[in-house]
Amino acid sequence: MSAAPESASAAARDPLHLRVRELRKRYGEHEVLRGVTFDVKRGLNNILIGASGSGKTVMVRQLIRLERPDAGEILLDGRDISRLSDLELVPVRRKFGMVFQMSALFDSMDVFDNVAFLLREHTKLRERDIREKVMARLQALGVEHAVHKLPAELSGGMKKRVAVARALALEPEILIYDEPTTGLDPITSRTVDDLIEQTRETYGVTSIVISHDMASVFRIGHHITYLYKGTIEASGSPQEFLASPSPRVHEFLEASGVSRERMVARA
Amino acid sequence: MCPWYTARVPEAPPATSPSPPAPVARPRAVPVWLKDAGRAVVGVPLRFFGEIGMLAGLLAQALFWGVRPPYRIGLFFAALEFVGVQSLFIVGLTGLFIGMVFGIQLVDGFRQFGAENQAGSVVGMALTRELAPVFASLMVSARAGSAMSTELGSMRVTDQIDALTTMAVNPVQFLVVPRIVAGALMVPLLTMLFNLIGIFGAWLVCVQILGLDAGVFAENVKWYVDARDVTQGLVKAVFFGFTVTLIACRHGFYAQGGAAGVGQATTRAVVQSAVSILVLDYVITSVITGQGGL
Repeated sequence: MSAAPESASAAARDPLHLRVRELRKRYGEHEVLRGVTFDVKRGLNNILIGASGSGKTVMVRQLIRLERPDAGEILLDGRDISRLSDLELVPVRRKFGMVFQMSALFDSMDVFDNVAFLLREHTKLRERDIREKVMARLQALGVEHAVHKLPAELSGGMKKRVAVARALALEPEILIYDEPTTGLDPITSRTVDDLIEQTRETYGVTSIVISHDMASVFRIGHHITYLYKGTIEASGSPQEFLASPSPRVHEFLEASGVSRERMVARA
Repeated sequence: MCPWYTARVPEAPPATSPSPPAPVARPRAVPVWLKDAGRAVVGVPLRFFGEIGMLAGLLAQALFWGVRPPYRIGLFFAALEFVGVQSLFIVGLTGLFIGMVFGIQLVDGFRQFGAENQAGSVVGMALTRELAPVFASLMVSARAGSAMSTELGSMRVTDQIDALTTMAVNPVQFLVVPRIVAGALMVPLLTMLFNLIGIFGAWLVCVQILGLDAGVFAENVKWYVDARDVTQGLVKAVFFGFTVTLIACRHGFYAQGGAAGVGQATTRAVVQSAVSILVLDYVITSVITGQGGL
């Protein structure tokens, strides 16, 4: 037996999917990430919260290597991806899927072509097989009726569903959602939360969700990390997070209108 | 108010006033207008070299990713169609009117010393060497370049380019390479079309309207215009097509600042393309002819 499958299965058993160590990122004089260290737990909904400008989106852009961090490590299954070149990143990026805040669907393509895009790019599947896979994915997410619509013709919630379908096309290991409920009404927000949880359960993906919608955080979160001005202020399960002694966490919860007592009781 | 006013040291008060504090000499403040002028003088070359650096960086990426698989033939043909086929009408129309108006001007000018029969030769040489590559490129810049810049800019500000990256699809390879190659291939073809229609336009005016002899006009075109003239125009067209599409892609690809930013990127792309065409035209002409100091 070769060593590679053994190490792969060992990695799959590791409860930590991603380890971020002492990550730093600076834009000119402004240091946005100041030595961030946290873990992403395998197969769970990992929520990254923080005030606007705290560095959440910058953090995620480093994780998926849309940008190169100035210092620190990003260990994906034990391998540091923070210094890989664009060419070396191609297979790594296929392990990630990302759902952007505004969905970022290709507006020149209809829903079918958006979801089929990755299959056409990265597999040698025949068009008939691609059609079957795409339709199955769209049906699972309840948007099969919109298959020939352009993104401009879809509602916010439908765009999110199509974006999830597209991100899931290659069955990624990690799915990142950038503020998935921002700008949506409460009912659609709940639908999106259900979609995130349902996707995690069905496909066994590790989810990283950036959010400052606290209702959503406590509805779906298994592990919460609170980013404050470029550093990690608190991290843990929802119960641990609520029990955090940090005054900044208390302030954030209060400002979000969350009653700690009620949340503790609910948790 | 005088800009140096605040820098003056106050005069000493009269001796009768009760123990005034000793005046402190402050360093002379740099006037605001001088700071602005300094920024403008230093900023222009900085921006220029920054722009050259951005273009060189994008070009290097395009070369790096352009030779690597996957080769997306469909995208390449779509770019050829967009840059070339969709520009046929506007380039043809421009060629026709440039040829026609040039014909009128030449006949009118040459008539003053009885040399109007030379109109055909001048029209042919001017079109093949200069007018066709320059005007065809300007038209491609105005039509296809601006559209490219807007499309890529919109994709940038709506995260579609980042989405491509996260899907392990290199956006330069996917979006920029086909467009640049299409520009370098299609502008020479459009230039040939411009040549043909431009000469036809000149013939129409000179022969059919102004009464020049058709045989003399045609002979002059054939006699004076040779393969070197056509080649000179085509070489220019390759460089112009490449430059116009590279500049359009650069401005769209790195656009920022929402809808307003996309608009500004498009404007910059068109203006920069037009200026680059004219500057490059001088450089290439000078190199090819061995005259002009380069």
